[in-house]
Amino acid sequence: MKSVCFYFQVHQPYRVKRYRVFDIGNDPEYFNDRSESDLNNRRIAEKVARKSYIPTTALLLEMLKRHPELRVSYSFSGIALEQLERYAPEALDLFRKVVDTGQVEVLGETYYHSLSFFYSPSEFERQVGKHRDTIRRIFGVWPRAFRNTELSYRNDLASWADKAGYTAILAEGWDPILGWRSPNYVYRPKGTENIKLLLKNYRLSDDVAFRFSSREWSEWPLTTEKFGAWLGEAEGDTVNLFMDYETFGEHQWEDTGIFQFLEHLPVEIAKNPGINFMTPSEVASAYEVRDEVDMPHVVTWADTDRDLTAWTGNPMQRAALDSVYGMENDVLLANDHKLLEDWRRMQTSDHFYYMCTKWSNDGDVHAYFSPYESPYEAYIAYMNALSDLKLRVEKVKR
Amino acid sequence: MLAFLSIFPAMKMRILMFGWEFPPYNSGGLGVACLGLTRALAARGADITFVMPRKLDVSSPWARIIFADGKNILTRSVNSLLSPYLTTRSYAYKRSRLDGPNMDGIYGHDLMAEVLRYAAMGGEIAKEEQFDIIYAHDWLAFGAGMEAKRVSGKPLVVHVHATEFDRCGGPLGINKDVYDIERAGMEAADVVIAVSQLTKNIIVNNYGIPSEKVRVVYNGIDETTAPSGGGGLPRLRALKASGYSLVLFLGRITLQKGPDYFIRAAKRVLERNPKVMFILSGSGDMDKRVMELAASLGIADHVIFTGFLQGAERHEVYAAADLFVMPSVSEPFGITPLEAMRLGTPVLISKQSGVSEIVRHALKTDFWDVDEMANQILALIKFPGLRQTLSNNGSAEAETITWAEAAQKLDGIVHEFASPV
Repeated sequence: MKSVCFYFQVHQPYRVKRYRVFDIGNDPEYFNDRSESDLNNRRIAEKVARKSYIPTTALLLEMLKRHPELRVSYSFSGIALEQLERYAPEALDLFRKVVDTGQVEVLGETYYHSLSFFYSPSEFERQVGKHRDTIRRIFGVWPRAFRNTELSYRNDLASWADKAGYTAILAEGWDPILGWRSPNYVYRPKGTENIKLLLKNYRLSDDVAFRFSSREWSEWPLTTEKFGAWLGEAEGDTVNLFMDYETFGEHQWEDTGIFQFLEHLPVEIAKNPGINFMTPSEVASAYEVRDEVDMPHVVTWADTDRDLTAWTGNPMQRAALDSVYGMENDVLLANDHKLLEDWRRMQTSDHFYYMCTKWSNDGDVHAYFSPYESPYEAYIAYMNALSDLKLRVEKVKR
Repeated sequence: MLAFLSIFPAMKMRILMFGWEFPPYNSGGLGVACLGLTRALAARGADITFVMPRKLDVSSPWARIIFADGKNILTRSVNSLLSPYLTTRSYAYKRSRLDGPNMDGIYGHDLMAEVLRYAAMGGEIAKEEQFDIIYAHDWLAFGAGMEAKRVSGKPLVVHVHATEFDRCGGPLGINKDVYDIERAGMEAADVVIAVSQLTKNIIVNNYGIPSEKVRVVYNGIDETTAPSGGGGLPRLRALKASGYSLVLFLGRITLQKGPDYFIRAAKRVLERNPKVMFILSGSGDMDKRVMELAASLGIADHVIFTGFLQGAERHEVYAAADLFVMPSVSEPFGITPLEAMRLGTPVLISKQSGVSEIVRHALKTDFWDVDEMANQILALIKFPGLRQTLSNNGSAEAETITWAEAAQKLDGIVHEFASPV
């Protein structure tokens, strides 16, 4: 028996508007851009819902009904759900419906899609708790598998998740760490008792997420038949296909044929004998651990480096992270709901990603995903807004 | 094919180039560009006869000088009062200061007459020299290039470093004579080199030159043209020691360079942070106006005019600055930001500049957006992470924008239009 395990990431940050130094002390709203630019969070949420979330989820809902054996999983950031609730309730309704089929697992993560695990463990736990409560409120389910922001992972994260009672944790299946081991098996994270580690098969995942419409790729066009056959040929217990949900309709536009590809996938996969669909928790309970995996250093699913340097690689990023996490005690002491909320929104990893200046092979990816004209502009807006937040905290403290 | 090559060794391309005096005798980017391009082309094997106008002793109409370290560069100086950035008025002033009787017999009575006189000499030189292709830098040399083409029948390349639209900061106040010469030069040329896409757009839209005839070749920088040395300017060091941040403008103080926007941004910055000094390094026809503007805004004591700096002092002022600002209204390229970046000084450049098309590690703003300029200046002073990231990445980036790369492109273009015989 072999399983195919889908996990889709649904996340939208609160982008900081072009906040100028002259706004400090005068404007306590950081996320309310109303221009026609990509800094307008409402505009982006509406656009992504229209192009991707609504058509993809409607399609999946149909597919789940047509194929009772189909399983998928989602991870929703709390701030994405918030924005959908407000700006695209239709998308949220569809997400509720797919979860209600019982064929869908919802994973745990931080509410604010932050890197707090690496900067403040206590804040991390509060954000995971808030996320869990939100998932229960909206979907009526309790996350049993965990994935951290940008699939960032380290041994101590697995230890934490193990103690917190999760059955599975997700990470990148990066060859330099795996060595001879295949990502298509279940592993035990070093230093844990019960939790199981599921690794992303990045080659097959990225064939869909990144290369699907690339005409320079020798395998273009990627047909459902071809991809189904590749999954059939893959050795191991599980093929973990992890990707951004926006792959469908936003990164790969509708006219690339991505929706037809998705629609026919269950039938093509089922043509392989002895293959089925599972969610991460199902994979964890169905398959035996093959080996222990030791990841003492952070591994993520980003760039060719697969580390945190896309968020922490330059002095601006490190200064911004130090500044925002350095405020923790003051913000908590201020005990003001709006301040706490703004501070946490400023922790979302995307803010630091926009400041990335690693412009080599990955540069174009970063430029594609940034709503700012340059990483420097992103940093200036962020630091100015954070300066205002500090002023507000000071005021409440006094 | 290989046998053919071994029997006939590669012929050298011989270029008759009409350019401008090299730094430090020349102010501004044109001389720097001539030096950088000529050296880099010579390094690729071209044989260059470099003709430049220069005021010489009346007894020797022109001189031959062997270029110190460039064995394939021969320079010829032609006795002329022409220099880059001349206007009708500044030419008249320059000429009026000459001593001696009967100057009329030597130099043109006005700028246009002098341009014509120089053009005629270009034709004379073309009759004497052996070359495969003619190359002229900017409008003052176009006449000489056209005349050389007429006499010799060889192909002509014109290199546009700036247009009349840039110098006037827009279509108002265009000198029709200058425009006509620019246009005639570009029309007569076999190919037009523009220093940026911005300049190419002006050439196509305002001079009616077909797009396919205009090629973009960006300028560069390397150790031969970058400022070096150190020392001097103790006052700047003292200011820094007492806690002031230094924000630098370096360039001609003229409409085109936007010094007035720099002063208006300074005003906005000082409202928020009084520990900043604004340095203007250069001179030009707006000196007085800019000083008056600073005074009327009440910030005269935060604005320092150094005059024109060169050599070690220029290096020092770049290095001492916390931020270099180029607020140009219309900048065909803009080499000065590369000079600052090379030294690790962060730069803020206007989006109305050619250099902003290729530089990524810079702050950028529209020249007219004084608030945004002030916002970025204040951020740079306040957040060390920004300064350090710009400094690290900027100096690395400037190393990759070289004259060698520009010369490689030019070499290819020159070979499209001429073959050495």
